[in-house]
Amino acid sequence: MWSIFTKEINSFLNSLIAYLVMGVFLVSMGLLVWVFPDTAIFEYGYADMGIFFNLAPYVLMFLIPAITMKALAEESKSGTFELLMTKPITELKLLLGKYLAGLVLVVISLIPTLVYYFSLSYLSNPVGNVDSAGIMGAYIGLLFLVSAYTGIGIFASSLSENQIVAFIIAVFISFIFFMGFSSIADLPFIAESSLQIEKAGMLAHYDSLGKGVIDFRDMLYFVSITALFLGATFWVLKLRKWNS
Amino acid sequence: MSVLVKGLIKKYGEQTAVNDVSFEIKRGNIVGFLGPNGAGKSTTMKMITGTLPADAGIVEVDGIDVGQQPLEIKKHIGYLPEHNPLYLDMYVHEFLRFCGGIYGMSGKSLKSRVADLVDLCGLQKEQNKQIGALSKGYRQRVGLAQALVHDPSVLILDEPTTGLDPNQIIEIRNLILSISKDKTVLLSTHIMQEVQALCNRAIIIKEGKLVADQSVNELTEEKEKFTIKIELEKQADLSFWTTHQEVNTLKLVTETEYLLETTKDIRKEILNWVTQNDVDLVGISLEKGNMEEVFHKLTQNN
Repeated sequence: MWSIFTKEINSFLNSLIAYLVMGVFLVSMGLLVWVFPDTAIFEYGYADMGIFFNLAPYVLMFLIPAITMKALAEESKSGTFELLMTKPITELKLLLGKYLAGLVLVVISLIPTLVYYFSLSYLSNPVGNVDSAGIMGAYIGLLFLVSAYTGIGIFASSLSENQIVAFIIAVFISFIFFMGFSSIADLPFIAESSLQIEKAGMLAHYDSLGKGVIDFRDMLYFVSITALFLGATFWVLKLRKWNS
Repeated sequence: MSVLVKGLIKKYGEQTAVNDVSFEIKRGNIVGFLGPNGAGKSTTMKMITGTLPADAGIVEVDGIDVGQQPLEIKKHIGYLPEHNPLYLDMYVHEFLRFCGGIYGMSGKSLKSRVADLVDLCGLQKEQNKQIGALSKGYRQRVGLAQALVHDPSVLILDEPTTGLDPNQIIEIRNLILSISKDKTVLLSTHIMQEVQALCNRAIIIKEGKLVADQSVNELTEEKEKFTIKIELEKQADLSFWTTHQEVNTLKLVTETEYLLETTKDIRKEILNWVTQNDVDLVGISLEKGNMEEVFHKLTQNN
């Protein structure tokens, strides 16, 4: 598993995609949080990172699939998947290695945004007057969210040999899970079960973690979603082997 | 390590790709695996490596069942797939270290093993390049090095010399010969000279069925007719032999070379006749049938 992990990290860092994704993420988040007048903190006037945590899921919804789309699709297309399968490595270890590599890369691109917290803390009046615990909680929520996004991305990548197809599937599933459920819950004719449906989506759990309330159930939800998609990936690989 | 294949069957929908194939390869043998395209060679090889599950039948490597303990088996098998898939963006050393890492090798032993492989496979000149920048012959060497990284006792090579130029073919062949000491090797190929040059035995399959499993000598030995090549120093009258009862035809190849087609091996008689009649003989030999004819005979559709 660690040899796959190292290989993936190396191949990310040797290719342009990793730098592109990190760069695009940081530049767009920086612009949204600090520069664009519609969303910038300066216009808003409160020393609060809410805008970052509200917008990050939408930006990551596109960027994480861009990182993960290659993971298994490329291996199937170039035939190296077959090569790996002749070596003593199980499907589970293979996909865990790929998953962890993707997750680590996403987490690395999130780390620079910690600067926002320190800038904000310095700008606030009096200095240091920010809701540190709330921001901490929101970061934990964001970590859980990106781990679920990465799981979805790996799953989508196992479905197709085509990276573009994998990307589109991953964006779509992420979109449905993040805000699809809570939007559907607003439909008038399913009013009775709207709470359950909303709870099936990520937005409700992400919001509650974002308030700084670290609830075990919210964490369990994200871990389950991740496990669900990694489990599904495992079966896709197994089924493909048995049908080949 | 020996490889045992018993009653192997693989079906793709209606089509039976491999139909009840059985053979055994003893340790230290190099066996050629022949058959027309689509006969099921690659499928059989994939089933031996444990990448493809068989529908029925047993594959055992040194007594261990591939279906039961696929991970254990994979540690003993080195496999070069047909189209030799490689990570084109990786460097030669990086790729070989990655492969070794999967087999649980690490640190100094892995590093020295990779250095040995680079020497063994003749990759010294190209060792600092990206795999994508290598020519086909060198990629094939990387593929072989990858299959050898864990020093496997069984080597399965799927068409190792396809698409190479004649010099590269000879180089890869010599490489296979040099690494195959005390290993069990199964290699598939379409080049019949290769089988004669490398293998002790040939297994031929056609439409998923085994049609021959014999030593190369036995396969090429002709039983009904013999061709005897006679070389003389200077021209002489051999017309005596045309009347001999065992001789079918006498053919003049060049001025001093004759081909006798006979129904028996009459080399001794010829030698006696030559000494009695004072003919200057420089050479006499029994011509072997060629592998291509044998292959054609066994696999063509009637």
